[in-house]
Amino acid sequence: MTYEGKALGGKLLTKPFWVLLGFAMIAGLLLIKRFLFGIGAVTNLSDGYPWGIWIVYDVLVGTALGCGGYSIALLVYIFNKGEYHPLVRTALMTSAFGYTLAGVSIFIDIGRYWQMYNVFLPWHININSIMFEVAACIGAYVFVLWAEFSPTFMEKLKAHDAKKKMNKIIFIFIALGVVLPTMHQSSLGSLMIIAGEKLSPIWQTGWLPLLFLITAISMGYAIVIFESLFSAVALKQPLDDTPILGKLSGIMIPLLLVFLILRFGDLAWRGQLGNIFNDGFLGTFFVLENILFLIPIIMLASAKNRMKATTLFWSSGAMLLGGALYRFDTFLVAFNPGVGYHYFPSASEILITVGIISVEIMAYLIFVKKLPVLPAVNPS
Amino acid sequence: MGKLMESNEALEMSYSEELTAQGVSRRNFLKFCTAITAAMGLPASMVAKVADTITSPSRTPVIWLHFQECTGCTESLLRATHPTVEELVLDMISLDYSETLCAAAGHQVEKSLMDSAKLNEGKYILVVEGSIPLKDDGIYCKIAGRTALDILNDYGSRAAAIVAIGSCASWGGVQSTSPNPTEATGVHRIIKDKPVINLPGCPASPYNLLSTILYYLTLGKLPQLDSKGRPKFAYGRLIHEHCERRPHFDAGRFALQFGDDGHREGYCLYKLGCKGPETYNNCSSILFGDVGSGAWPVGTGHPCVGCSEEGVGFTKFIHEQADVFTDTPPAAFAGIHGEKAGGLTVGGAAVAGAVGGVILGASAMAAKKMKSEKAAPDSDA
Amino acid sequence: MNLERRDFLKVLSAGALTAGNVTSVFAGIRKTLSPDAVGILYDGTICIGCKACEAACKQYNDMPPESGSLEKANGVDGIWDASYDMSEKTLNKIKLYEHGDASERNREENGFAFVKRACMHCVDPDCVSACPVTALTKNETTGIVEYNKDACIGCRYCMVACPYNVPKFEYAKALPEIVKCEMCAHRQVEGDIPACCEFCPTGASLFGKVTDLMDEARKRIQLTAGTSYDYPMRDIESGDTSPKTVAPYINYIYGEKEGGGTQYLLLSAIPFSKLGLPELSETSSASKSEGIQHGIYKGMIAPIALLGGLLYGAYRTTNNENSEG
Repeated sequence: MTYEGKALGGKLLTKPFWVLLGFAMIAGLLLIKRFLFGIGAVTNLSDGYPWGIWIVYDVLVGTALGCGGYSIALLVYIFNKGEYHPLVRTALMTSAFGYTLAGVSIFIDIGRYWQMYNVFLPWHININSIMFEVAACIGAYVFVLWAEFSPTFMEKLKAHDAKKKMNKIIFIFIALGVVLPTMHQSSLGSLMIIAGEKLSPIWQTGWLPLLFLITAISMGYAIVIFESLFSAVALKQPLDDTPILGKLSGIMIPLLLVFLILRFGDLAWRGQLGNIFNDGFLGTFFVLENILFLIPIIMLASAKNRMKATTLFWSSGAMLLGGALYRFDTFLVAFNPGVGYHYFPSASEILITVGIISVEIMAYLIFVKKLPVLPAVNPS
Repeated sequence: MGKLMESNEALEMSYSEELTAQGVSRRNFLKFCTAITAAMGLPASMVAKVADTITSPSRTPVIWLHFQECTGCTESLLRATHPTVEELVLDMISLDYSETLCAAAGHQVEKSLMDSAKLNEGKYILVVEGSIPLKDDGIYCKIAGRTALDILNDYGSRAAAIVAIGSCASWGGVQSTSPNPTEATGVHRIIKDKPVINLPGCPASPYNLLSTILYYLTLGKLPQLDSKGRPKFAYGRLIHEHCERRPHFDAGRFALQFGDDGHREGYCLYKLGCKGPETYNNCSSILFGDVGSGAWPVGTGHPCVGCSEEGVGFTKFIHEQADVFTDTPPAAFAGIHGEKAGGLTVGGAAVAGAVGGVILGASAMAAKKMKSEKAAPDSDA
Repeated sequence: MNLERRDFLKVLSAGALTAGNVTSVFAGIRKTLSPDAVGILYDGTICIGCKACEAACKQYNDMPPESGSLEKANGVDGIWDASYDMSEKTLNKIKLYEHGDASERNREENGFAFVKRACMHCVDPDCVSACPVTALTKNETTGIVEYNKDACIGCRYCMVACPYNVPKFEYAKALPEIVKCEMCAHRQVEGDIPACCEFCPTGASLFGKVTDLMDEARKRIQLTAGTSYDYPMRDIESGDTSPKTVAPYINYIYGEKEGGGTQYLLLSAIPFSKLGLPELSETSSASKSEGIQHGIYKGMIAPIALLGGLLYGAYRTTNNENSEG
């Protein structure tokens, strides 16, 4: 079955759009400051905490939120579950935005951005570096995502021949679009292995790549559900997708169960279960993480609950929050460079992130209103 | 210890009249008093009292004994220029016996000694210059047929206080350098029941002696002494702590050889063996010979040899590197863990809170809308 | 299983085998000490905290002076010795340990001691493993960990990786670099020794081949406290010595095993954890990180196999789609 997309149309320059634009412009001004006066002028980053919310939220959480395309592609194209087809285009679009802006955030965060291409030059590459693998895979994946999304543009431009050609070879991009995120979402977790004793033993484990991969895939499903519901309400569309989203939500349960078993099993194996509350602060965050992972398991357990929009909304929200918190904990909260170092993002730092998110939302609004992204509503 | 000593009461002229007769103006005299008060580490309010003490008609008797010494300390005292006139010094105290300075000799001078000690028993100050040999009952130093040990025990037991001037009298000096064939010893190891003030140095600075005596005469008590019996006002700090070349030490600029560029530039002499870091004295502050700045060993370009410090001077090789006795470092030293910036700020918390609030609020609003809408019972998907 | 799929899988397995031969490239060979590796032995017991090493380091590496917060709060700036830690302007740092009334040097209780912090020049550096663009490299002969600003993209992963927080970043600059001690490699090529060792008045910073320095360190920790020992000065091969009284050493050489070993070794009379030196396992985090990475990606077999299977799956699905529509 082919996908029928339809541009939403309607006014683009709504009040929310202007607000978002405002935040984007604030971020723009702050970025001028960043490029003129250095990263220290707009962030609270230090020698003890070289990575802050630009890496942890914009890149780590941002790309995990961009795993919608990946998770849906797995279902639709690999496991041949055609019923989820209507969700593909939106998921791909969100993923394309998420990853592109993650790339922009990387460009903003790294200090010697004018040499960023070094990470692709063969005579500079260090294949032992997990960072290299992450950079290469994300770089390639951004390209793949836009390629996967290109048929939408071709439809709008009425370039039917091009679209036919693309559809013939799109299987290559789909396949890459599963391999690449599998590689880099797990490696994003592996990044912290080299932090060694600086990362709390409650979070530091050789299983980081698998734990990050599982949460990334789950967050892919969660973002599709959350975003679909939220945008439907925001754009005053009927909640037609609730049944299919409900079906989708069930997949998160086994994933989360595997995650929790692996997580606690690893802690037990390493004898760290008794140490969880050695530091009350970290212990609290650990509990919070796992509560957020438990909420979807409990809320979505019954098939009846899965059909309620609010249940889907809050449970997927909890999943996203839990996955985000897990990443924040692994990279920031449980990271201890030593006595005397402190980090909390500065106001400018947060505002730049908010600006980037605003650009993402604005792009979403532009695309769904101008391009045939959202599924055409079939009259019943 | 009583206040002032009884002394020669046969003075006819008042002291200040005598000063004027000798051509010393009242102004110059007060200038001297100010200087010597400062040298003793006393506040400016004491100047008047010091002046009074000097011009007071009563003079303290002092007996000066010489044992194993080179007479350098006496010679050094003779070259003091402030007091401007030696007579001031000789008129402040009644120097009843000094082998170098007395005009008399032989039996006559020995009679002066015995008479003074008898007359002023328990009241005179005994100044000892030179070490005392102990080996073979002390026969290696004899004056007028008596061993130094004997003389010291005799006159020391009848003195009010003993001032051991110079390193020899303080701890044995150069005579005591290994193997110390005569068992040369300092005064305080022999006299245990009298207050002994050590003024080590080779030679000792005459101004440390003058200051100590004046302090005693003015206040009637001995200045604060450290654990080795040395006045703290003179021996309270390491040379290293008040050396004009210290900034070079701190910056790592050292002379490596005599005459090299560093030496010509006046760099620190630590690597040439300067014992300043383990020697207590005030040479760098009051200098020697009253000939201007730089008139002390380091100032002239030779490392301090630690002549005043027992265990250092005449014991350690001159070019052997000293141990640096670091006192507790200043509070501004970098600690092991320093507090660094980057934590929670009001701005950051405010913006973060606002962002969180917006997300929660928007989600709650959306959920509310979802609740009011129900999914179509028979939708296509 | 139809013919199509069987053939495909045959091709796939053949491809996987070929890929397996590339394994050695991805082996992640662990680094060991080069026989000519040079290093610095810092003996905290004879350090007097004079900071001549800091001054010399500033001078010979063209580093600017820096003020600590205390000085800045009083409107004073540009003092070479007022930094409170290693930073992007200070490559080495003398720090003070004090306890109680701090009345005696080299004593743990109611005492004080000094420690000099700089790059440890690890044998198996985490920073070198972490850097995606080989901006940080370990010299094969000398073992010095060197920085190349022309490769660096400023991602700061090296800062995350270093267990000692050595690499510092110029956050205040528009064109920032990573900054750290490079053992005065530029002086060593001229035949000189690192500035800190050259100017140390007591021999606390001693330069030499790591094997020689290890022998010297082992000798020292066996000495009896209170006896006199002729401490080598500047360069262990120079023959210059200076006698000093031996302090009660902690019977341990920090850096012998830490994280796979370091070329900057420390001796002290105070337990090293109290000097701010982390307790590390004997294997570097780099070995664990690379081990997992290469384990997963050995010869790229798994990704290629996965890609092959996915290509097949995606082709079949989209082909069905295309034929339908």
